[in-house]
Amino acid sequence: MSAEVPLWEVFIRPRNGLAHKHVGSLHAADEVMALNAARDVYTRRGEGNSIWVVPSASISASDPDQAGENFEPGDKIYRHPTFYEIPDEVGHM
Amino acid sequence: MALFDAVLELADDHLVLGHRLSEWCGHAPMLEEDLALPNMALDLIGTARGLYTYAGALEGAGRDEDDLAYLRGERAYRNLLLCERPNEDFAHTILRQFYFAAFMVPYWSAAARSEDETVRGIAGKAGKEMAYHVRHCGEWVVRLGDGTEESARRMKDAVEALHIYVGEMFEEAASAGIAALPSRAGMRGEWEATVDHVFGLAGLSRPVVPHPQTGGRAGVHGEALGHMLAEMQSVHRAHPGATW
Amino acid sequence: MYSQGLIGADGRSEETQAFLDAFQKRIDAEEKIEPNDPMPEGYRRTLVRQIGQHAHSEIVGMLPEGNWITRAPSLRRKAALLAKVQDEGGHGLYLYSAAETLGVSRKQMTEELLDGRAKYSSIFNYPTLSWADIGTIGWLVDGAAIMNQIPLCRCSYGPYARAMIRVCKEESFHQRQGYEIVMTLAQGTTDQKAMAQDSLNRWWWPSIMMFGPHDADSQHSDQSMAWKIKRFTNDELRQKFIDATVPQAEYLGLTIPDPDLKWNEEKNGYDHGPIDWDEFWRVVKGHGPMAKDRVKARKKAWDDGAWVRDAALAHAEKRRARKMAAE
Repeated sequence: MSAEVPLWEVFIRPRNGLAHKHVGSLHAADEVMALNAARDVYTRRGEGNSIWVVPSASISASDPDQAGENFEPGDKIYRHPTFYEIPDEVGHM
Repeated sequence: MALFDAVLELADDHLVLGHRLSEWCGHAPMLEEDLALPNMALDLIGTARGLYTYAGALEGAGRDEDDLAYLRGERAYRNLLLCERPNEDFAHTILRQFYFAAFMVPYWSAAARSEDETVRGIAGKAGKEMAYHVRHCGEWVVRLGDGTEESARRMKDAVEALHIYVGEMFEEAASAGIAALPSRAGMRGEWEATVDHVFGLAGLSRPVVPHPQTGGRAGVHGEALGHMLAEMQSVHRAHPGATW
Repeated sequence: MYSQGLIGADGRSEETQAFLDAFQKRIDAEEKIEPNDPMPEGYRRTLVRQIGQHAHSEIVGMLPEGNWITRAPSLRRKAALLAKVQDEGGHGLYLYSAAETLGVSRKQMTEELLDGRAKYSSIFNYPTLSWADIGTIGWLVDGAAIMNQIPLCRCSYGPYARAMIRVCKEESFHQRQGYEIVMTLAQGTTDQKAMAQDSLNRWWWPSIMMFGPHDADSQHSDQSMAWKIKRFTNDELRQKFIDATVPQAEYLGLTIPDPDLKWNEEKNGYDHGPIDWDEFWRVVKGHGPMAKDRVKARKKAWDDGAWVRDAALAHAEKRRARKMAAE
């Protein structure tokens, strides 16, 4: 056996109305086989009604070293509704 | 009794083929296929159970699914010779499954309009399962036929080896004249279209078979079935009357 | 079980004391570690080893039970056993996927299993000799595995913890189907009951050994506990297992083959007799009765499957080329 069969990431939509969610990965030679394998591996207990497969190599991930500069906008509280004061008499808004 | 015999034939097809597929469990070419093959085996065994239970009810002699599966010998089994063929390699296994499923899809689709309610129920579920078997196995036939030199050779060998058993699928046997079940001969056109489409993509062709093999419906099997049943029934038969 | 985007990113980690302390602080705060996060090389290696062993155990574990699929004595049992062995294949697959997030490929791990470098759970090097063994394995071996696996759902490494949540969810039927088999035998004919007792006699001690050496002799334990890869010690889990299992055996009217087993009021648990550690180490070191056969069977499946995997890859290449030519 020479080459490795490529790795795919599998996303399943549990039911209509929900988003596809990452559930795991598997190996398959091409996208058709990856979809079949995803069906056989990840939907044996009625886990969903739609499958996406994506070659793992096609995923770009953010760098955890940049997590600080990327994900800490905690000071911009004016983006949240509780920042604004509305009198109770106005009712729910 | 005639419907009983015809249902038993179908049940035997499914159990024998499901058992063959189950022999792969833990030994498949890749892990993903170690999940796919048992899925198909479980479909077949599940359908067999429904059919045996129905056959037992039709017979009215108090035999349940296990009596029918475990306490009949090879001469009493009525399965197609195709279903009992040994697994050999992955090409044989996949082609055997593809041939059978390509027959069962139109068969169950016709049976889903049967006048018999139980038959309709079984057909509805089994038809969907078989459609996936055709797809899964068809994709493999294409990949093996149009893969490497070795895989193409193995695929051609499998076609040579298994095609002689194809004709038996279209024999009416016990279902001749049974209104509750579709005509088996009537499935030929759709079966050939399914196979030709996949074979076209796989670079394979349907061979002409001058001497087709038949006999399963009369209980005249190849030698492999007796060994399969001896193994399958060994524990059950060693403890007569026991509950499991 | 995770996007593989930046595999091996931890190689950049400089393992200064400050780095190690900061990492430990995250662990102590119950933060999950994800694949791309910086991590000590030792943490990564420990996980690769443990998840790999775990995955191999699932895959090799298909063999002893698979030995009885074709002989299951009723169609209901046949379907359940097939579904269970299939689940184990699935669990192996989830776990290999989790290990792959750490920069090691399934192919590499498989090769290490086949050439004997990688270990798997010793329990699978014992033979299954009767139908009762299928029940006993579900009851005891899966029971012991569940004791080990439930705490792993809270393991500090995210992909491993997620894989284990899925595994534990699926595995909940395994032990029950095993116990139901043994119960049916124990309430069956004289022969069936004898079969069940014989099976318990053979599997009890190997099951007890599944929790590993006593805490005092466990070489990886302390560091794994500190990193929260492991949450309970071997002896703690073993005690929990024995306490849970003894009443289950009593209910069946079966005798656990340990004359020293007795309730200890003071510790609110059972005391058990001495474990044969010579046998344990012999089997761990690859001299279990079925060790050679197990690896041989896996190697045969891998080697016999090579042409199939090659064909799928070759066809994928042709498809790509045809698609490009058509564009």
